[in-house]
Amino acid sequence: MTDLPTDLTRATAADLADALARKTISSVEVTQAHLDRIAAVDGQVHSYLHVDTDGALAQARAVDERRRAGESLGALAGVPIAVKDVMTTKGVPTTCGSRILEGWIPPYDATVVTKLRESGLPILGKTNMDEFAMGSSTEHSAYGPSHNPWDLDRIPGGSGGGSSSVLASFQAPLATGTDTGGSIRQPAAVTATVGTKPTYGGVSRYGLVALASSLDQAGPCGRTVLDTALLHAVMGGHDPMDSTSIDAPVPPVVEAARAADVRGMKIGVVKELGGEGYQPGVRARFDESVALLEELGAEVVEVSCPNFEYALAAYYLILPSEASSNLAKFDAMRYGLRVLPEGVDAPSAEQVMAATRDAGFGDEVKRRIILGTYALSSGYYDAYYGSAQKVRALIAQDFDAAYSKVDVLVSPTAPTTAFRLGDKLEDPMAMYLNDIATIPANLAGVPGMSIPSGLADEDGLPAGIQILAPATKDERLYSVGAALEAALVDRWGGPILDRAPSLGGAAAAKGA
Amino acid sequence: MSSLSRDDVAHLAGLARIELSNAELDRMVGELGVILESVAKVQQAPTEGVAPMSHPMPLTNVTRPDVVRPSLGAEAVLAGAPEAEQQRFSVPRILDED
Repeated sequence: MTDLPTDLTRATAADLADALARKTISSVEVTQAHLDRIAAVDGQVHSYLHVDTDGALAQARAVDERRRAGESLGALAGVPIAVKDVMTTKGVPTTCGSRILEGWIPPYDATVVTKLRESGLPILGKTNMDEFAMGSSTEHSAYGPSHNPWDLDRIPGGSGGGSSSVLASFQAPLATGTDTGGSIRQPAAVTATVGTKPTYGGVSRYGLVALASSLDQAGPCGRTVLDTALLHAVMGGHDPMDSTSIDAPVPPVVEAARAADVRGMKIGVVKELGGEGYQPGVRARFDESVALLEELGAEVVEVSCPNFEYALAAYYLILPSEASSNLAKFDAMRYGLRVLPEGVDAPSAEQVMAATRDAGFGDEVKRRIILGTYALSSGYYDAYYGSAQKVRALIAQDFDAAYSKVDVLVSPTAPTTAFRLGDKLEDPMAMYLNDIATIPANLAGVPGMSIPSGLADEDGLPAGIQILAPATKDERLYSVGAALEAALVDRWGGPILDRAPSLGGAAAAKGA
Repeated sequence: MSSLSRDDVAHLAGLARIELSNAELDRMVGELGVILESVAKVQQAPTEGVAPMSHPMPLTNVTRPDVVRPSLGAEAVLAGAPEAEQQRFSVPRILDED
């Protein structure tokens, strides 16, 4: 039993859950504390696109009532959460960061959201993201970027930068994410938070606005490995509404996080992820983490995945191709924006659709749709999409070969710490390079996690270490993540986020 | 062949039903050229004899029992429509007028 901090927003989800179960605090108190924090700091961070004050408090009251009535409740019942705006929420606006869905109120909940509601987690609001999850900085959000709580002039990662900045600024103890090429792991790395992309099919995709259906995977975000595991257990599991969802129990992630044991594990350092292009401070913190894992009783070897070199190129063909198809549903007919073309009498449905998509989509979305249309067009299909699919098979083979030698793989999560807002906005390829280490896992469908590895010497900003495991062995991420986290926190003398600027006080008063 | 002309981009935008402005077209030609040059790297990979992979899970024909289950009502479905009439989506004309 841990005493809760006076400020409830600084507590871990696990400690909040314990205190709620012991009835020393109520969900209404915890939820209100976070709503107050949101009111004080979100003007600076801009993590939320929508705050559902009334809904969150109503859910909190309901779970308190159920607990008073003696109902048996889930492990996280009463702990509030922030939901990425890619997930549909019945009665609560869902925009996916796009103008084309501005003001859309879904008539149904995503399966993940249903699970959160059934498990009694009050939903504080919807978090900002790059439009349709296309980006690594939230700068492609139609509603303006979120800011990194470590330095408000810097990016919080993307696409899940709303969720990562919510956690790093203590505006929620937990958040949901989706990861198509790194959108959970890279934001976690640059904000010193934790995020897991489960095995493809480990969490239902029903009710998620699809980006690239063969790559998309929803997952948990938290400030600690155990918190993230507890949320993973709530979000995961088979869903008949998603035909690609894995029909098997959720891997024992919570048990693994609690055991935090790497003794006897074989860990492979991916040779191809971490050389040229990786910031020295990111590399240094990674090397220290690897050395720590060895001290903790793991065996570390170097592993080569020679085809990872082609992963980024394959990804930026496969993703736009699938996205161009998925986003065809935004046709201005059934939901979302409808814009009439200027100067056209009695425009056709086709003209209305084209005018709407020009007005409703941002630059990055247009770029990727057109790229995907090209990659799939006859005459170029074999050279681009076809070749990319073969590269995808090679990458999966590299993983298979690696996992025949080791239990997990590790690399830095992102090549650099958070860059300044605006720095890479005009250079799409430079932006894409942020995901160079995270993309292979999406192509192969294997699970991955990012945890903080420390602060880079040159800029004092967070760096992350990525752990990758074979498909359906998600628990191994938590064994390694929790063991390393404990050793690092011990070395740091406390959680790394204790060193982030507090944001409250003077700045909040300025905003008032 | 990885260079795109302005006409190519205009044609692709038409296929994708996006009405790009002239300024957008100008910018997009350059950007797409850079991206295409970079992703053409897939053609250098040792892919000979490799079967393409479309999906991480080898699933085929996932079915469910053919039973009726509740679905959304018309009112809920139409609530987000730009225009609705007589319990239907109302859309612009879909045929030429003459």
